[in-house]
Amino acid sequence: MIDLGKYAGAVLGAYGVSLALLAGLIWQTLAANRCARRNLERQEKNG
Amino acid sequence: MSIWEYANPVKFMRTSGAILPWVVAGAAICTVTGLVWGFLTSDDYRQGSTVKIVFLHVPAAMMAINIWVMMLVASLIWLVRRHHVSALAAKAAAPIGAVMTVIGLITGAVWGQPMWGTWWEWDPRLTSFLILLLFYIGYIALWSAIEDPDSAADLTAVLCLVGSVFALLSRYAVLFWNQGLHQGASLSVQSGERMSAVYRYPLYLTMLGFGLLFLALLLVRTRTEIRKRRLAALQAREMRA
Amino acid sequence: MIALLKRDLRLAVRAGGGFGLGVAFFLILCALVPFGVGPDSGALRPIAPGILWLGALLACLLSLDRIFALDHEDGSLDLLATSPLPLEGAVAVKALAHWITTGLPLIVAAPLFGILLHLPGAAIPALIVSLLLGTPALSMLGAFGAAVTVGLRRGGLLLSLLVLPLYIPTLIFGTEMIRRGQEGGSIATPLLFLAGITAGTLALIPFAAAAALRINLR
Repeated sequence: MIDLGKYAGAVLGAYGVSLALLAGLIWQTLAANRCARRNLERQEKNG
Repeated sequence: MSIWEYANPVKFMRTSGAILPWVVAGAAICTVTGLVWGFLTSDDYRQGSTVKIVFLHVPAAMMAINIWVMMLVASLIWLVRRHHVSALAAKAAAPIGAVMTVIGLITGAVWGQPMWGTWWEWDPRLTSFLILLLFYIGYIALWSAIEDPDSAADLTAVLCLVGSVFALLSRYAVLFWNQGLHQGASLSVQSGERMSAVYRYPLYLTMLGFGLLFLALLLVRTRTEIRKRRLAALQAREMRA
Repeated sequence: MIALLKRDLRLAVRAGGGFGLGVAFFLILCALVPFGVGPDSGALRPIAPGILWLGALLACLLSLDRIFALDHEDGSLDLLATSPLPLEGAVAVKALAHWITTGLPLIVAAPLFGILLHLPGAAIPALIVSLLLGTPALSMLGAFGAAVTVGLRRGGLLLSLLVLPLYIPTLIFGTEMIRRGQEGGSIATPLLFLAGITAGTLALIPFAAAAALRINLR
């Protein structure tokens, strides 16, 4: 483990928050895409 | 063969589906490598380990502005040539831009706290970013408020045009209002060496990675929007039948 | 165009509150601020320009959704759109009517409220000139926001979300002008910027607002 010195909290916090935000965005994007694809497939099968 | 062929949703779906895995792979490789490399660089002698925040802060801030410009271009294309894919791409880009702006602001605050001794300062650059975030929020809110998709696309495009002018105006008005704490551009073609190569190369890599990440997210979100639109069209047809 | 202006003004007067309500809101805001920050004149004086401008801005915002909403409901907006008068002109006249009914009373009342907030007498001319130059831009931008949100059922909140960021440059230069007037400095630079923003807004925004109206009336 590398030594971050006295700013460890700031650096890890910044990385943590940013990566969490990005992960949230990616998850939301994929979930919305999956939902849209499923609905469309169901519609195309029925209609 | 022209670029406008991709305005056809079917063609867009086929092509974007084909290139999407490559973009995702590129984004993942560049972002992860850049961030890990950046994380392992040695500390700056003045800023200590906080210099590592730059690998998130700068690419996110850069993308926040670039995404707005991309939305402006897409809105113009929609207004002039009426390609639906363009309007949907602008819609799909806005939340990504908003998240990038938030990342830029938060990493900046976390970085500013140990370096400047304050989380927030009403500095021109910081303030302009806050204003940019307000414009993103207004744009997204307008999209979600209007039911008719074509009216929504038109109105948000007009808002994007007016908003761009005023965002730029605010940028310079804010510069007049308060002199800054934030440094100028750290990376610039003309100014020569400002930043050590140790930090510069991982930074370039993360910038490329964030760009590809945006492209990948944009493609997926636009595909989502196209599918939603097609579903709505199919349902409308069913209702009529 | 003159007829349209007269009609709008008459409607605002008949409906009541067109003139009074904005000023009353402005007065309440200025009266509430000392309760929030304390009655000390040393604390009030530096923030007086900002309070006065924010009050004017919010008072202006209150009546924005009425610019087009009533005409949209009773269908006279469709008549305006099909009349020989260009829609851009109609938008400009409507913004002018809004300015006369809300902006002008605010400007008249602002010096009095400035005294309430311990604004020094030397800053009063700067206050009046900055409001005179700035509020037309507020009305015009407000007309754009109202045109964008006219068809929406709950447009009011969205309208403020859209319009307030557009007010930032006007607000910055307006308060800066009063502050410089207060300190006895030269007000020429912010005055020119403010006038430039207002002139540009008045020239270009009618086209954007008319485009938004056409989309909403489609």
